[in-house]
Amino acid sequence: MQSRRETLKQSAVLASLLAGTGLFPGYAFAFNTAAFEAKNLADALKALGVSAPQASKDVTLTAPDIAENGAVVPMGAATTLAGVKQLVLLVEKNPNALVAVFNVSDSVDANMTTRAKMGQSSDVYAVAIMNDGKAFFAKKEVKVTLGGCGG
Amino acid sequence: MADPMRIRAQAVGGNATVRVLMAHEMETGQRKDAAGKIIPAWHISEVTAMLNGKNVLTAEWGPAVAKNPFLQFTIKGAKAGDKVAVTWKDNRGETRTDEATVS
Repeated sequence: MQSRRETLKQSAVLASLLAGTGLFPGYAFAFNTAAFEAKNLADALKALGVSAPQASKDVTLTAPDIAENGAVVPMGAATTLAGVKQLVLLVEKNPNALVAVFNVSDSVDANMTTRAKMGQSSDVYAVAIMNDGKAFFAKKEVKVTLGGCGG
Repeated sequence: MADPMRIRAQAVGGNATVRVLMAHEMETGQRKDAAGKIIPAWHISEVTAMLNGKNVLTAEWGPAVAKNPFLQFTIKGAKAGDKVAVTWKDNRGETRTDEATVS
């Protein structure tokens, strides 16, 4: 476990690193540190500007029922809804719930697949944040037989 | 310098499916070394994809993305011969860009 002091120290280091490296050329890119350091689902979503997401059949979460190895759990988020701004993957019981945020443009399908780490069996959420600020989610429980966060 | 990414971009019915495998340690900042000290987090924080020089996708990643991350996405309207470039940047400020041609 991390102490609060260490956590704060690390975020200070991270912030200074990000500040030192500057932005990508051509487009502004603000890394949402607060969202990635949030300890639970609600805080992470709040930091992303989401309030009261609704369950929706139009959001699809692809994840296995049982993950043999928590260090590599394939998961994907997709939606058929129009006007998606961001697709977000979260693992509820990870030390930091937020896994990844995809900023979707008109040129890509709202369908992202990646691999994540899971510390223990947990609900996994795929959240689609729309241009108008609404949010829809799909969730699925994934059982992990071997943790991926060391120990 | 970081190892190159493996990028495959395949044209499928007017779109291009892009699969990227990046080489990165993705240290979580949760693990401890033999002396009990926490190994600092080291992970890719930003990923960008471009089609023919135009930005099509950005992503922000936390340390919970698996080691040697895999990413799959589909670019609409990309055809064979188009160039797909993927860039990542980690929280130490290291960055790498690799390019592939849609086939």
